[in-house]
Amino acid sequence: MSGTNEIPLLLAYTAAACSLLSGVVSVFAVRRHPGFLHFGSFLFLFAAGAASIAAGAWTLLADITVTDQFALGPPWLSWHLRLDPLSGYFLVLLGTLVVAASLYGPSYTREFARRGAAQPLPPLGVFTAFFVVSMQGLLLADDALMFMISWEMMSLSGYFLVAYQHQHPANRHAAFLYLLLAHVGALIILISFGVLAAFGGGLSFDQMRSASVTPLWATLAFAFAFIGFGIKAGIVPLHVWLPDAHPVAPSHISALMSGVMIKMGIYGIVRVSYDLIGNVRWEWGVVVLIVGTASALLGVLYAIMQHDLKRLLAYHSIENIGIILMGLGLSMIFLGSGHAMLGTLGLVAALYHTFNHALFKGLLFLGAGAVLYRTHERDLDHMGGLIHRMPVTALMFLIGCVAISALPPFNGFVSEWLTFQTALQAPVLHNGVLRALIPIAAALLALTGALAAACFVKVFGIAFLGKPRTRRVAHAREVPASMLAGMGLLAALCLLLGVFPTSVIEAMAPITRLLVHDALPSTLAQGWWWLTPIAPQVASYSAPFLVIAIIGVFFIGYVFLKRRAAPWRTGYAWDCGFGRLSHRMQYTSTAFSQPIRRVFGAVWKVEEQVETSALPGPLPRAKSIHHQLHVQDWSWLLCYVPIGQLVLAAAKRVGVIQTGNIHTYLKYSFVTLLIFLWIVS
Amino acid sequence: MDSQLIAWAHAALQALLFVAAAPLLTGWVNRVKCHLQNRAAAPVWQPYRDLAKLLRKRMVLAENASWLFRDVPYIVFGAMLLAAAVVPLVAVRLPTAAIADVIVLVGFFALARFFTALAGLDIGTAFGGMGASREMMVSALAEPAMLMAVFTLSMTAATTNLSIATEYILQAGLVLRPSFLFALLGLAMVAVAECSRIPVDNPATHLELTMLHEAMILEYSGRYLALIEWASQIKLMIYAVLIVDFFFPWGIARDFSAAALAISAVAVTAKLMLLGVVLVAWETVLAKKRLFRVPQFLGYAFLLSLLGVLSHVVLETGG
Repeated sequence: MSGTNEIPLLLAYTAAACSLLSGVVSVFAVRRHPGFLHFGSFLFLFAAGAASIAAGAWTLLADITVTDQFALGPPWLSWHLRLDPLSGYFLVLLGTLVVAASLYGPSYTREFARRGAAQPLPPLGVFTAFFVVSMQGLLLADDALMFMISWEMMSLSGYFLVAYQHQHPANRHAAFLYLLLAHVGALIILISFGVLAAFGGGLSFDQMRSASVTPLWATLAFAFAFIGFGIKAGIVPLHVWLPDAHPVAPSHISALMSGVMIKMGIYGIVRVSYDLIGNVRWEWGVVVLIVGTASALLGVLYAIMQHDLKRLLAYHSIENIGIILMGLGLSMIFLGSGHAMLGTLGLVAALYHTFNHALFKGLLFLGAGAVLYRTHERDLDHMGGLIHRMPVTALMFLIGCVAISALPPFNGFVSEWLTFQTALQAPVLHNGVLRALIPIAAALLALTGALAAACFVKVFGIAFLGKPRTRRVAHAREVPASMLAGMGLLAALCLLLGVFPTSVIEAMAPITRLLVHDALPSTLAQGWWWLTPIAPQVASYSAPFLVIAIIGVFFIGYVFLKRRAAPWRTGYAWDCGFGRLSHRMQYTSTAFSQPIRRVFGAVWKVEEQVETSALPGPLPRAKSIHHQLHVQDWSWLLCYVPIGQLVLAAAKRVGVIQTGNIHTYLKYSFVTLLIFLWIVS
Repeated sequence: MDSQLIAWAHAALQALLFVAAAPLLTGWVNRVKCHLQNRAAAPVWQPYRDLAKLLRKRMVLAENASWLFRDVPYIVFGAMLLAAAVVPLVAVRLPTAAIADVIVLVGFFALARFFTALAGLDIGTAFGGMGASREMMVSALAEPAMLMAVFTLSMTAATTNLSIATEYILQAGLVLRPSFLFALLGLAMVAVAECSRIPVDNPATHLELTMLHEAMILEYSGRYLALIEWASQIKLMIYAVLIVDFFFPWGIARDFSAAALAISAVAVTAKLMLLGVVLVAWETVLAKKRLFRVPQFLGYAFLLSLLGVLSHVVLETGG
């Protein structure tokens, strides 16, 4: 190990140390000294994020792999650390979001520091720090022990962040559900590692890598890893905790959760299946593709019915995880069928979308937090007209909406374009079923994209456009500059990653060389402004040219039309001649999504009740109309309620042995002891 | 280098021609429709007069209009202009087609629609919201059908580059592919929906409740309305040219010589005029559907396009 190669590792240690320091500092942030949180804690968090970016970027760009060991815990089990391009990539992702959150946080948490606020400040800082440091540890881990300890720490600190505003019963419920599923997931991941460790003869990832696992056990290990990490990533139908838990955390934490934490599930799937198991099989790809398609489509359909802004965004995370998994599934199918180059392309598309989703979902959660900060509203149907009151936030949020709707020239479009290009290569496969399956998945991806666009027209149109629907929203002000800076950073990156895709893909080459021993040589063959993933004559996209053309067109339009034109006159909006319109006549978010609800009715459990009480008299006139609409997720009713009932029934049966008599319990202990002694002897 | 320069110049000229000719197609469609329905017809260049009038007029903006409302017409027109620049009209081998392939083209349409719908919601009237909501529903169903139809072609030609795909179909000669038949029907139905024609929408209606596209742009006037109208005319022309390029490309110029370009211009004009007649006949015999019948129509289009892709991958490749 040469001298310079240690620098990224040292940077990563610095990052972890800064996160821990940020936690230590926030212990002092009692009510009288909130400055410790606002300045001290977030400053260290910023440093931790910056150091993570530096460590990750260095590893990635220099294409190095460094390892280290820590003697911690039992003498025969030292902790193995390893920083390779894959963990470097995710470290950059983590660092970017942490930097944005630490810019945004100081102003946002001011609200929690108010006199009379219900929560103490130190837990927020401490658990944020633990949350970040555990994710850093997770990415550095090179053995199952450290991985699982970091994983559990991430889940636990996440629990305390979700439950931070615990005075609302809904938040406690969400946190409990989160904790429960996190532990079920961790248990399943443990089984997967158990299988690999049994073949490898040890807990370190190096031993697992070199193990030769039989196909059956490899498939089992993959299946457990996919389910376990899938719970964290939020695949349908294991997603139910996600839309409850993410929205109730403070907004900068929601951004970290949706932006980074669920990506750790993706990291786990990639790490275990591509790196530890090694030989991916196309059958796994089929499962991943189907699950991904279902998650993408159902995620967006559930999202479109929501009117709680943060909950809606959380559902969109499920959709985007689905899109990432579609890329991964395609990659596995092609790799397993011997098409290494196309497998690489699918992997690049998936990892690209992972980063993109972190950026725009982080941005959107921070934007939702900005609205929440000024208006204390999360319900879209109470917002409206915020573009006039919060113009900069509106612009940032619009960029996030355009990016997540996969519209050119932003980043979401590039990764979906790459996924489509991968899917279009289906005819090279020999298996006729796969050749037919992949285009259907592509069709559903197209449907998902179009529905996402419809959903974000709704979000932006109802929240930021039109007229204000409540007084608080009508008097909102722009948020402080530091919050705008956090959003601005992510918005700028959304544009940059959309306009310079070739540079990003080039930077990702070490990852694909590490995982599948292949890169995309043709991507850069035509120069950095042409994105040609397969070959120039097959498909090409040039975002820089596109941006130049857009600027040119806009400029010409401005010079020829806008400058010469006569000034406009302001008038009333068209009201059909009936007198002035009020804000109550606008479309609401529920009204906006009604056509889609009607078209895809079977996807939800919809309960709609209209109660009309008529006025006496010959004409049918309504005195009052009461409309109630409940839209529920079927997966909760079909999968979780039966399991819950089963567990309760079983618990009741087992409860029979619980007599409440101390003598009985002593008897139980004695018998248990005897049985153990018998087993040991 | 010189041939490169000539190619780029031709591409730019072709884009300008595309944009300039788009109102003519609309004028032609309107004129044929009038004749077919026994009405007195306006001259084919009437759309130009309308655009000129709108461009001259002073605008009235609603009091709640934000900066977004004022920028949307430029975004929509710009997106359509860029889309027009990548579709081969009179000559293939367009260098611009490499900038944006057919998926990006669909992305341009989505971009324009996204912002039009936002503009509809900006004023805060019920009509705007209604138009935006319905348009997004229709497009959510139309976009996958559109992508599937073009995927049939790009899988056949093994490229998503429009110019290369058109050239491939030219070279393949007169072969009858079942997948193309499905794709043609699917794409035609999507074109009808996306261009706000009967039976999905009615471009000529004056009743707010029956409008989709027109309801979103109800608050626009003057210059902004001109840009948006022109953009929709370009969109109609793009769909028509796409159908021509994909299914009946014969006659299009494969180099930039004057003779080839002249033949191609005549051929494409004739083909577009014929398509216009077909569209008019379609619109005359059909009535506008109720809104909730539209998903059935588009579901049918989606199914046809998907059948196109499936019959391609099952019947026409490997195995």
